[in-house]
Amino acid sequence: MKQLWRIEPAGPDAVLIRFGEQIHTDLVPMIRAATRQLQQALQDDIRELVPSYTTLMLCYNPRKNDFPTIQNKIQQQLASLDIRESETGTLIEIPVWYHPDVGPDLQRVANYHQISIDDVIHRHTAPLYHVFAIGFAPGFAYMGNVSSQLATPRLTTPRTQVAAGSVAIAEQQTAVYPISTPGGWNILGRTAMKMFDRQNPRLCPVRPGDSVKFIAVSKDDFLLAGGQLE
Amino acid sequence: MTQPGLKVIKPGVLTLVQDLGRFGYQDIGLSPGGAADEQAFLWANRLLDNPPNSPTLEICFGGLQLEVLANTTIAITGAEMHATLNDHPIENWQTHPVNTGDKLHFAHASSGIRGYLAIKEGFQLQPSFGSVATVMREKMGGLDGQGSPLKAGDVLPCKEHKAKLTRAVPPLFIPDYQQPLILSVIPTEQSEHFDAEELEKLYHWTYRISPNSNSMGIRLQGEPIKSKVPGIISEGIPYGTIQVPPDGQPIILLKDRQTMGGYPKLGTLFTLDAFLLAQQQAHTEVRFTQISLADAQEKLRYFYRFFGV
Repeated sequence: MKQLWRIEPAGPDAVLIRFGEQIHTDLVPMIRAATRQLQQALQDDIRELVPSYTTLMLCYNPRKNDFPTIQNKIQQQLASLDIRESETGTLIEIPVWYHPDVGPDLQRVANYHQISIDDVIHRHTAPLYHVFAIGFAPGFAYMGNVSSQLATPRLTTPRTQVAAGSVAIAEQQTAVYPISTPGGWNILGRTAMKMFDRQNPRLCPVRPGDSVKFIAVSKDDFLLAGGQLE
Repeated sequence: MTQPGLKVIKPGVLTLVQDLGRFGYQDIGLSPGGAADEQAFLWANRLLDNPPNSPTLEICFGGLQLEVLANTTIAITGAEMHATLNDHPIENWQTHPVNTGDKLHFAHASSGIRGYLAIKEGFQLQPSFGSVATVMREKMGGLDGQGSPLKAGDVLPCKEHKAKLTRAVPPLFIPDYQQPLILSVIPTEQSEHFDAEELEKLYHWTYRISPNSNSMGIRLQGEPIKSKVPGIISEGIPYGTIQVPPDGQPIILLKDRQTMGGYPKLGTLFTLDAFLLAQQQAHTEVRFTQISLADAQEKLRYFYRFFGV
């Protein structure tokens, strides 16, 4: 069988396990399965596991393992990895109030594709998205793929402030801003769901490898769930 | 009876609570953070026989003024900040007994930029996600758990201790932050996005530390290094990663780095050299050489075994 991954040293305390060269949703369950397997089997050897689109970064303590040793341990674990049986991850529904009041780029995206705002909402809520990675800020989940009939380039000039909970797209990716921060993605709406919550034992409702569906809700439902207008 | 501790009279330019960092949360986007210069940090705790990960103060650029509200022992290491205890100069890189009512002042750093102040048994603080390391950008860690730098009026709780014999770092082990820096780079396969002659530039030219550097990364200025691609698919970035944005000016990622990066990479700076780099002032010139992964790991093993990490 052709080896599906490559283990590259990335420094004195890290390796990158590379599963592919292109972003592809097929890699999501594979990287998720590898993350779970390594987490369980090599718990004492691992400091961090950071999954991304095509890679899994594994940080280790060089006092316990040198590179050839950790490489060997990873090889052994991945050799027995059964991707077909790996679960697809939790399905999380994110309720979104799509409205120009909280989605200042709804009209821009509609114009870009010469469609109505309702079409924009429909095209954003239709697919099941994969969570590729979390980065940029705590709880900022990179999800895809946005339909090519909705994909829209980033703003030429990023906003200096994007409200927490903003649901946005950039090209074929979509995300929710967990905190108020500068940002250049197209904002379609807002959710009351906290994407990074210190009070929640899980901290983040979504994790790499999970699936996400956006659900359109009314302003009342948004406010009832604790949604903030500013 | 008041809580024993150190009271902040003036926080100086920037003073942060630090330990070795926050591990195991990078997959949800939390920066590891931690002491920018582990060598000085670990010496401070070692001088007091503290567990190596005990919370300390990281005094950036100096100016910190404290009032002592405890009878205990402190250790100071790292940048030379001409510390005084009740207006009498005290030595860097050693322990000092302190008593309630003492005034501890740090002037501006003259060599290095980050000083460390450890206290016997460590400051008694509540960790956020397993660490007290302060990452201001993420509002994480520190005295209040909200990533705030120290401010006037803060009290850092500690325990009381009988004074012990003074201990100092042997002079041989005290780094000279003003020595010209030749930084060792571990070549990695991720440098395949550069042609050989572009990669060679890093080792041929001298680079200068940009004033735009911070605890996330050191930005370099010098001969631009051009990649074959403007960006790569974002992936995890280890400590010391040397990434190159399209302008060709390398950025070396340090403790407070973001968890993922999408710029092509030249290699990874050797950990112990990155600690020294974190002590350099803006405009300092640095040069680069190479080290093998095996050699780097062996040196690192020795270093961490010595400090019991």
